[in-house]
Amino acid sequence: MAAVKKNQPPLTILPDISIFQVHEVDIVKKYSDVFTGIGGLLVSAGSLANVKDQIRLNFDQNKRIFTTIPSLSDVAELCDPQADPHSLFDVELAIVEARLAVAENGAVWVTEDVMGHRILPYIAQHLAVLVYEDRIVSTMHDAYSKIGSEDYGFGGFIGGPSKTADIEQALVLGAHGPLSMTVYLIN
Amino acid sequence: MKNTLDHAALAEEFNKDEDRVDWHDGALWWIRQKRDRAANQTPQWEELREAASAIKANVISNLHDYLIQFEENLKKNGVKVYWAADAEEHNQIVYSILKDKDIKQMVKSKSMLTEECHLNEYLEERGIEVINSDLGEYIQQIDNEPPSHIVLPCIHKRKEEIGELFHDHLGTEKGLSDPTLLTRVARKHLNNVFLTRRAALTGVNFAVAETGEYVVCTNEGNADMGAHLSDVQIASMGLEKIIPERKHLGVFLRLLARSAIGQPITIYSSHYKKPRPGQEMHLILVDKGRSDLLARPDFRDSLKCIKCGACMNTCPVYRKSGGLSYHNTISGPIGAILAPNLDMKQHADLPFASTLCGSCSNVCPVKIPIHDQLYKWRQEIVRLGYSANRKTFSMKAMALTLSSPEIYNTAGKTGRWLLNNAPFAINNKFNPWYKQRDMPDSSQQSFGEWYAKNGSKTK
Repeated sequence: MAAVKKNQPPLTILPDISIFQVHEVDIVKKYSDVFTGIGGLLVSAGSLANVKDQIRLNFDQNKRIFTTIPSLSDVAELCDPQADPHSLFDVELAIVEARLAVAENGAVWVTEDVMGHRILPYIAQHLAVLVYEDRIVSTMHDAYSKIGSEDYGFGGFIGGPSKTADIEQALVLGAHGPLSMTVYLIN
Repeated sequence: MKNTLDHAALAEEFNKDEDRVDWHDGALWWIRQKRDRAANQTPQWEELREAASAIKANVISNLHDYLIQFEENLKKNGVKVYWAADAEEHNQIVYSILKDKDIKQMVKSKSMLTEECHLNEYLEERGIEVINSDLGEYIQQIDNEPPSHIVLPCIHKRKEEIGELFHDHLGTEKGLSDPTLLTRVARKHLNNVFLTRRAALTGVNFAVAETGEYVVCTNEGNADMGAHLSDVQIASMGLEKIIPERKHLGVFLRLLARSAIGQPITIYSSHYKKPRPGQEMHLILVDKGRSDLLARPDFRDSLKCIKCGACMNTCPVYRKSGGLSYHNTISGPIGAILAPNLDMKQHADLPFASTLCGSCSNVCPVKIPIHDQLYKWRQEIVRLGYSANRKTFSMKAMALTLSSPEIYNTAGKTGRWLLNNAPFAINNKFNPWYKQRDMPDSSQQSFGEWYAKNGSKTK
């Protein structure tokens, strides 16, 4: 550390990053286009009742469906925060609620309080995220200004199904995380 | 591990398989084009690069205080902090953390730093098994090869070769080479690894001094699978990964994946701040030449690097010689300016593995003047006597030729005569320029001779 102090050059100033402003005319459309463009599935569900119908229609009710959203407890098992994270190994679908969503890249922001378990959105075979349309922001700068100085133990942006192109640059959805990611838009 | 062959010799090996070279060249150029599309679709892209570069300049100028602030915040968050001067110290720290918990197996997500430190070998010698979980790194590990690219570790391999490796190591059917099927097999195998490892190590993309959190970016989700299922989570980072405030993540996360692979953001950008109940979090800050680099005004800007790999994808030399020919964990143009700082003698050849075309500097998201640094490293290497004798001799001969009009004219005449009358004297295996190349026909006279004859007529 003494070497760092001795060798670092004279102090330079930080740039002003408030110059990065993007005003989307139709932010919901922008979000939808970008998210589907990177391999995400998007359903304009409108209401929670429609979300439940969609889940019953698209996912096997005999497999484990986990959620942290109490109002979805009739289509999914409520996540027990005390359980061993390893016990989630066979979760077919995880349903969580986004704190924010970002139009420029399709990502949702989740923190551990909406994840139940940190591992849940990563270990499930499929991920579903409820996005309230009024929580969509334009850019990552807007996202961080909303997040502000909030304290959390863990938080993550999730921008689609897990993917890899490590074998000959061939895109494969479903690397180690979920095979698919569905966003249900709620207005 | 020590390699005695230089970049040119290793590139020559790679060049023997022309189909592979063409494929490699095309695959990387395609990624470069995706990067261009993503950049062009992002408003204020150039201003973003400028801002990222300025933030990193500020970090370099205030690194000491930011590191102290980061350490304080880590401790407040319940993370154990360690400082390592070099690879040996880093590896010892990881080993002692694992030994303390009697852990014999660890899963690791992508980390170029631990590759550079040869952590896996160190731990294996002490009876600890490490599995790399990034698919590309996993493939390289089972093939006993280092990564050839920092973002795409096995970009030099064909799918049939990967199928062969999976047949030997994972028992897949012989001849299976479909990328989706191979990925599914690895997914299943590594899922079991994640579920059974008590310790997980990740790299760090960005470390926020203001909050003590660190961000890890992946597309595969392997860092999260390992970390959230572990009892002991370890992160290793170079000192230069610091950024001042959380809001600055906005700038870097907008640039990173777009520059790397043309994606608007990595699928996972995970912010680790505190251990979950019952879990331990450890973070190791590694110097390994960073403080020395800080003392080199011509080269310290290379500490701005965010490891996106854009300079590799665009580099004509990298695309046609392959990452392994750089015999350094970090290959390509950025590797060629980082490596000489660590060992100038061993890496004296790398700054010469460039055409100085400048494409690397043009795509760099943090505006490192990479090609200028390549040029400056050449001067440094020659000045300190580390350059190859052949290169020093030919440069001296060139300097003599260019400094004397008589010698210059004679040499030009001789050269043209030889090319036209005795091409074998030049086009032979002793002239490295002729490898994979043909020369155009030479003109009968020099421009000087032509101008002396015709210059007055055209006035």
